[in-house]
Amino acid sequence: MKDATTALMVENRPIADFIAHAILILGVIVVAFPLWVTFVASTRTFDEIVNVPMALTPGTHLIDNYRQALTAGSERGSSAPVGTMLMNSAIVAFCIAVGKIAISIISAFAIVYFRFPLRKFFFWMIFLTLMLPVEVRIIPTFEVAADLKLLDSYQGLILPLIASATATFLFRQFFLTIPDELVEAARIDGAGPMRFFFDVVIPLSRTHVAALFVILFIYGWNQYLWPLLITQKESMYTVVIGIKRMIAAGDASNEWNIIMATAMLALLPPALVVILMQKWFVKGLVDSEK
Amino acid sequence: MAEIVLDGVTKSFGKTEVIHPVQATIADGEFVVIVGPSGCGKSTLLRIIAGLETATAGEIRIAGKRVNEVEPKDRNIAMVFQNYALYPHMTVYGNMAYGLKIRKLSRADIEQRVQRAAKILELGPYLQRKPRELSGGQRQRVAMGRAIVREPAAFLFDEPLSNLDAKLRVQMRLEIQKLHRELRTTSVYVTHDQVEAMTLADRMFVINAGTIEQAGAPIEVYDDPATLFVAGFIGSPSMNFLPGRREADGVEVGGGMKVPLPEALRASAPQSLTVGVRPEHLELGGTEGLPFRLNVETIEALGADSLLHTNFHGTPLVARVDGHAAPAAGETLTFTVLPRHLYFFDTASGKRLRAGR
Repeated sequence: MKDATTALMVENRPIADFIAHAILILGVIVVAFPLWVTFVASTRTFDEIVNVPMALTPGTHLIDNYRQALTAGSERGSSAPVGTMLMNSAIVAFCIAVGKIAISIISAFAIVYFRFPLRKFFFWMIFLTLMLPVEVRIIPTFEVAADLKLLDSYQGLILPLIASATATFLFRQFFLTIPDELVEAARIDGAGPMRFFFDVVIPLSRTHVAALFVILFIYGWNQYLWPLLITQKESMYTVVIGIKRMIAAGDASNEWNIIMATAMLALLPPALVVILMQKWFVKGLVDSEK
Repeated sequence: MAEIVLDGVTKSFGKTEVIHPVQATIADGEFVVIVGPSGCGKSTLLRIIAGLETATAGEIRIAGKRVNEVEPKDRNIAMVFQNYALYPHMTVYGNMAYGLKIRKLSRADIEQRVQRAAKILELGPYLQRKPRELSGGQRQRVAMGRAIVREPAAFLFDEPLSNLDAKLRVQMRLEIQKLHRELRTTSVYVTHDQVEAMTLADRMFVINAGTIEQAGAPIEVYDDPATLFVAGFIGSPSMNFLPGRREADGVEVGGGMKVPLPEALRASAPQSLTVGVRPEHLELGGTEGLPFRLNVETIEALGADSLLHTNFHGTPLVARVDGHAAPAAGETLTFTVLPRHLYFFDTASGKRLRAGR
């Protein structure tokens, strides 16, 4: 951090510039190369991929591969169509993101603006769950979900992931920065708690909601372990699980071209969400409310 | 429009009593300024009137009705906050209309009230702007607009000018004065700035450590302070105080200098006294009155007049003299004070000595 700043402040040092750019370009290549390989593989036939070394230029089967992935799935591994999986993933990720935001904004509102017995206790209870990753409670959660007959259902995919201590905490921190006078002005104006929540708190939280939506949508989309446990029917697979299920056994028995196409398809929606919501961020930053 | 009565209002936080029983009446249409140093409880008192704090004991009556248990919105008051407390995401119009919308006024009625307030406050061109696009003075005007549109029984101002720069403060002070002349709504205005108190108030309450030390018209309070605190707090620069020791018919104020004690006060005067004299009553080159030989240490030239910081046997004294008569620092000069311009206080109790008590 410090070095970078000093480098910026130095007026003209071509060698330092060169080295800095070289490192950055190298970094970009390291990150981007696997993506490129994935893309290239998704445009070629199975035979072309297994033929070592694989060519690094796009092939001619782009449309074929993607059509097969979307409508039919892999012939050798799981044969669920990726289109269904994408839809499942989208529903699950969207519901998790919206649900988490809705629940955490309300609980943060309660914790910040209401005096009730054991308020501190509940806050710390929520805060403590931050320290428990999903994996720790996954067996009991599965037990509960199974007893509630939530296996192979959207509810089962969504509900156990829908509470968020992190988002609650973030909203709490934000609400604490809203000046008390605003609450008092609203009280004098005659706005009750819920009116204040909808008319003042939510509009002021817009940018936070947008940021959290992006983060939580990607979180939901990338869920792996939980969907793996709770789904057995292919029709309920999310796309991340779908990729895993397509990889049946050894190298030669997998349709790598279809798997790669699926991976590309799985990448697109989160990327799209980030790109679309970025406009929101910028807007939020430009007309900052405070 | 309404009269506000505070009947024995007390406030405690835990065991600490921050407001000692307050007895006060604010008449219908009156502009009362509550003035005091920070932490004296003046804002708490205002918030009790507003209903944002509850009184520990005593009764608050607005327009003859007990309001202790009434929600702020139903007290028929409007409040203007120090940091404006505008809703940042609403336009100026939205801010002013919000309270009316909640009270379910008709659209036309809201429009008419907002337009009227905007006209009074000259906010017309800004109605569609957001608060962040306005200057501090404009924001405070919006906050006042929000109060005006409610047509409340009373306005409560909580240090509304403290966030503004000096020039704007003077301007807004005049606007508030004008506004009150036009609307004649009962107003309670809290400030720590004695200049605001002097200029705005019909009557002011000087409050210290949770007690109203004196209530009265500004000039009365200025001319006739009831306590050492009030004398020192009201007036800028503040009153000079000389520690004095009682002698037979006078008070020794240092360096052997003796000032006469008015006959009426002799019976009640204690041994230890404080003698007060306002800076403008130390007259340079006067011929009448008690002579004080003072060494000028520093001079603050303000233009129209100058403040001379002098020393009288270890006690700093400030004299206000004509700006063009300014002597040089280091000179020792004679100032005179007329005996009727001296104030006598009991040092122990801080109370002003008055005849017949």
